[in-house]
Amino acid sequence: MDTAIEFKDVTYCYPLTKTPAVKNLSFKIEKGKFYGVIGANGSGKTTLCALMRGFAPDFYKGELSGQVLVNGKSTIDYENGELALRIGYVFQNPFNQISGVKDSVFEEIAYGLENLGVEPLEIEERVVTIMEKTDILHLAEKNPFELSGGQQQRVALAAILVLGPDIFVIDEPTSQLDPEGTESIFEIIKAMKKEQKTIILVEHKVDLLAESADEILVMANGELIKKGSTQEVLSDIFLMEQGIQLPQMAILSNKLKQLGIGLPVTPITEAQATEVLQKIIKKKEGIQ
Amino acid sequence: MAYISIKDVSYEYPGGFLAVDSVNLELEKGENVAIVGQNGAGKTTMVKMLNALLYPTKGYVMIGDMNTKDHTTAQVSRVVGYVFQNPDDQIFHSSVRGEVEYGLIKMKLPAEQIKKQVAFALEITGMDIYAEENPFNLPLSMRKFITIAAIVAIDCPVMVFDEPTAGQDMIGNKRLAIILEELYKRGKTVITISHDMEFVVNNFSRVIVMANKKIIKSGAPEEIFWDFQALEKAMLKQPYVSRLCKNLDINENIILLDQAVDILAKTIKC
Repeated sequence: MDTAIEFKDVTYCYPLTKTPAVKNLSFKIEKGKFYGVIGANGSGKTTLCALMRGFAPDFYKGELSGQVLVNGKSTIDYENGELALRIGYVFQNPFNQISGVKDSVFEEIAYGLENLGVEPLEIEERVVTIMEKTDILHLAEKNPFELSGGQQQRVALAAILVLGPDIFVIDEPTSQLDPEGTESIFEIIKAMKKEQKTIILVEHKVDLLAESADEILVMANGELIKKGSTQEVLSDIFLMEQGIQLPQMAILSNKLKQLGIGLPVTPITEAQATEVLQKIIKKKEGIQ
Repeated sequence: MAYISIKDVSYEYPGGFLAVDSVNLELEKGENVAIVGQNGAGKTTMVKMLNALLYPTKGYVMIGDMNTKDHTTAQVSRVVGYVFQNPDDQIFHSSVRGEVEYGLIKMKLPAEQIKKQVAFALEITGMDIYAEENPFNLPLSMRKFITIAAIVAIDCPVMVFDEPTAGQDMIGNKRLAIILEELYKRGKTVITISHDMEFVVNNFSRVIVMANKKIIKSGAPEEIFWDFQALEKAMLKQPYVSRLCKNLDINENIILLDQAVDILAKTIKC
């Protein structure tokens, strides 16, 4: 598989700090895959994202050692704005992203395309399509700053989706959303994956990652402590000792195991758990 | 009469948008309740009327024997503390300690009392180790704890937390659970808005469901999360373990992980 992003022994310190925000990171992100990034708050997840997008060190300054390669080229060698076309970046706090220069949601979402010099007719078409996908068409005329936290998060995501880059770095897009809204964001992300996009998603909702991500990266104290398939990582009960939340079904399975009921595989999703437990219960009823 | 009563309350924002529609609710002193419901259901607007950040455009809100209509926001907020959904709407000091003691200094409390209340609030929220730090050097999820500390420090009898679980990790959620339990022990009346159903079932004995500007149901979590009609109306789902039990035809209103483990172990073993 082709590599979209590669970290080569990366350590990074923000300005005026001596402790690195992330250290000794070496890993590859493959094209077309969906990666979930988990870890405690303050473990370096957002810094990891900022390094991929080149905000660190270009915007934040600070000290970078090692290399972050996007499509084989170091982020520090990209010209101004060039990386923005390759990587779409959705901020954790929509306030940090929404431009503040546009009075309506429609214009806010069109802003990036305008700057890229896209034809007005095409802009309108693309903006409307994305607004439908993200279910915000009814907010078109509203001022972005008058929206609720959840609505702002969807506008922030739409404004990046519309640019159509190949790689998406999305930092906690559902923190302010209700369960229904959260699932709709995951649906959008799954649809992006079908379009061969590479997705890096920082998210605390591990139960939803369990259902959709290909691989999981686990951060702790600035280091990458585990990377592997979603099934492998999210069933690793030892991660809980390091303050990492695991899916409800993995915890349940582990507790059953402690009571002497071992399951053939550790389920991480509701569907998996239902299947494996149904089999066991049926088998038992058959014996009786 | 109940300690807090919301009587036939509606709220219409200037410009005519009706956010809360004819709501009735009673809370006893010392109750610890959760409010759940979709974005835009009216949760934040409703709780803002509890501390007179907003005044009902119809109906009235009583806190004890105080009708919020007859008091200023400053007066009501000494009784009802509100922690904003977005911590950055609330924080303006350059140190965590400064932020937390500001309200108390404003209230002109004796220095000794301020010291004691601030120390308690910093400790219980885990912010004591960051007391001299600039709030904006801390991540968003921790800034939320600063704003919680600022309200806890004021020691008002009623506290409202607007989505404290947003963006929290496992440790943050555990910390919140400890804070809620301690406030409960101290006899505080606490109202918490949350989208995290696992957190809600584990930490509250009463859940209020809002949908489309109204309260559609209020009750114990095991009742709420097995009422499919109410859940559907509010576009909510059961906690994961409840969904699993439902799939396995175990219909005993299971809402907690340990309950599910117990009943599964019994079903499989005996």
